[in-house]
Amino acid sequence: MSDLNDLSISDARDALRRGDFTAAELTAACLTAMEGAGALNAYAHPTPDIAQARAAAADDRLRTGDAPAMCGIPIGIKDLFCTEGVASQAASRILQGFRPPYESTVSRQLRDAGAVMLGKLNMDEFAMGSSNETSVYGPAVNPWKVDDRRLTPGGSSGGSAAAVAAGLCLGATGTDTGGSIRQPAAFTGTVGLKPTYGRCSRWGIVAFASSLDQAGPMTRTVRDAAIMLGAMAGHDPRDSTSADMAVPDFEAALTGDIRGKRIGIPTEYRMDGMPEEIEALWARGADWLRAAGAEVVDISLPHTKYALPAYYVIAPAEASSNLARYDGVRYGHRAALAQGDGITEMYEKTRAEGFGPEVQRRVMVGTYVLSAGFYDAYYNRARKVRTLIKRDFDLAFEAGVDAILTPTTPSAAFGLGEMAQVDPVQMYLNDIFTVPVNMAGLPGIAVPAGMDAQGLPLGLQLIGRPWEEGPLLALADVLETAAGFVSRPGKWW
Amino acid sequence: MSQIDPETARKVAKLARIAVPDADLPRLAQELSGILTFMEELNAVDVTGVEPMVSVSPMRLKRRADGVTDGGMQDKVLANAPDAREGFFTVPKVVE
Repeated sequence: MSDLNDLSISDARDALRRGDFTAAELTAACLTAMEGAGALNAYAHPTPDIAQARAAAADDRLRTGDAPAMCGIPIGIKDLFCTEGVASQAASRILQGFRPPYESTVSRQLRDAGAVMLGKLNMDEFAMGSSNETSVYGPAVNPWKVDDRRLTPGGSSGGSAAAVAAGLCLGATGTDTGGSIRQPAAFTGTVGLKPTYGRCSRWGIVAFASSLDQAGPMTRTVRDAAIMLGAMAGHDPRDSTSADMAVPDFEAALTGDIRGKRIGIPTEYRMDGMPEEIEALWARGADWLRAAGAEVVDISLPHTKYALPAYYVIAPAEASSNLARYDGVRYGHRAALAQGDGITEMYEKTRAEGFGPEVQRRVMVGTYVLSAGFYDAYYNRARKVRTLIKRDFDLAFEAGVDAILTPTTPSAAFGLGEMAQVDPVQMYLNDIFTVPVNMAGLPGIAVPAGMDAQGLPLGLQLIGRPWEEGPLLALADVLETAAGFVSRPGKWW
Repeated sequence: MSQIDPETARKVAKLARIAVPDADLPRLAQELSGILTFMEELNAVDVTGVEPMVSVSPMRLKRRADGVTDGGMQDKVLANAPDAREGFFTVPKVVE
């Protein structure tokens, strides 16, 4: 039998219910793995005491038969989620020392379901980044390695992806504003699901771009994503954008039968200069779905190329507004002031010291596009383009397409530091296949589907109709089985 | 094509309440210009008659009675403040 910390959530759940081992033993295996994985820098704030206490409580529930699926399952929580009494700083210096007196709705639901929190996971600062390199904790490191280089686990949920891939938890929470769950999942050979906007409450999650942010599960299997999403999702009166809809049994949707489903292949995602192996993997993915009885059709999403520039207007605009709250008054870091400094100097010095370069850049871009004289030219135009991007998807679904298949990323994981000298826009291109999904509020899932020539994982993305995570997971399950991706990174850390 | 000069960068930094040393303004201006140039691809889209998106899903925001549902936790509210005194957040003097 494999090590307990390498089990899938579904296997661990069944074994816990059978009494093969206890939640305390499962948790201990994860904590031991975490202790030996300092080189991955995945956990920014481990919480072993909380983990042990929750594991003991979960064992009590398991004994009495009151055990939901996530009961006793050790998970990591992205640092973006506020967790009661536990450091929650969005990987930013400006929230240093902040200990929320409350629990985010998603992490509370997981806690109430009996899940065991192992600690807070590394990420890009305020979820702004695609490589984990903007983190105040230093980057998380990809457990996959092919030479001397340390590779990025992707971002922003890079610590989550690294921890899941390396067996430092059974699953992790992530958040996805432009690809922050799916891109790291692709870079680490794991599964990442961004639900429909409104499926999971945003309450208690540090806000980046409120009209785009959505929490979701990061796991080692599609089944695990279905199980974990079930515990995370649901209506929350404290988030006015959370949907008041019943949460279906997502795991029950994994029937293995996708016959007659119609899968769209968007022409516009076939970019110039796309590596041949990505193109080949994409074609293989279509073949696998076809072999399972789905119908594969070419579709057009004509505004695709405008999704990224529109995103880089809307996301910074919302961020500049959301991040206005970090002013050194109510929580977190406050700069030391010089004699005679007033409140304006306090704000300016605090934010200059507290925000890293990428966050400062985006706040300033957002400030500019919202400023008088530019609001219409940039922000309103971007929102109109967003309407057109969503309309493209609406028309495809109306024409009978059930889901859309694309690559998850334009490349496999790159080396830490390799993008340091390129201009910010080059880094933004990582999100080219994932951003349109956030712009349209749709569910999207990254499934590990193969390896590149170097031996690094590559992912395929399936995009679903709004609120149809169940059918989307069913397709992802079939894709996962057909791809047969079972490789795990060799332990070097 | 709009280019941001160092003086505009200074104004934006001021609006954003982020202190940027003068020496860094030219580089900041250049980075912001690069990002804005990228955004200007949007000018190629015909948006005539298109409504700006307000919400991705056509949902009606919920309403509730306008009543107090929370509060009475001054200690918790102040617990994370860098400087709190006598039940208040404290900031540098704003009025002479």
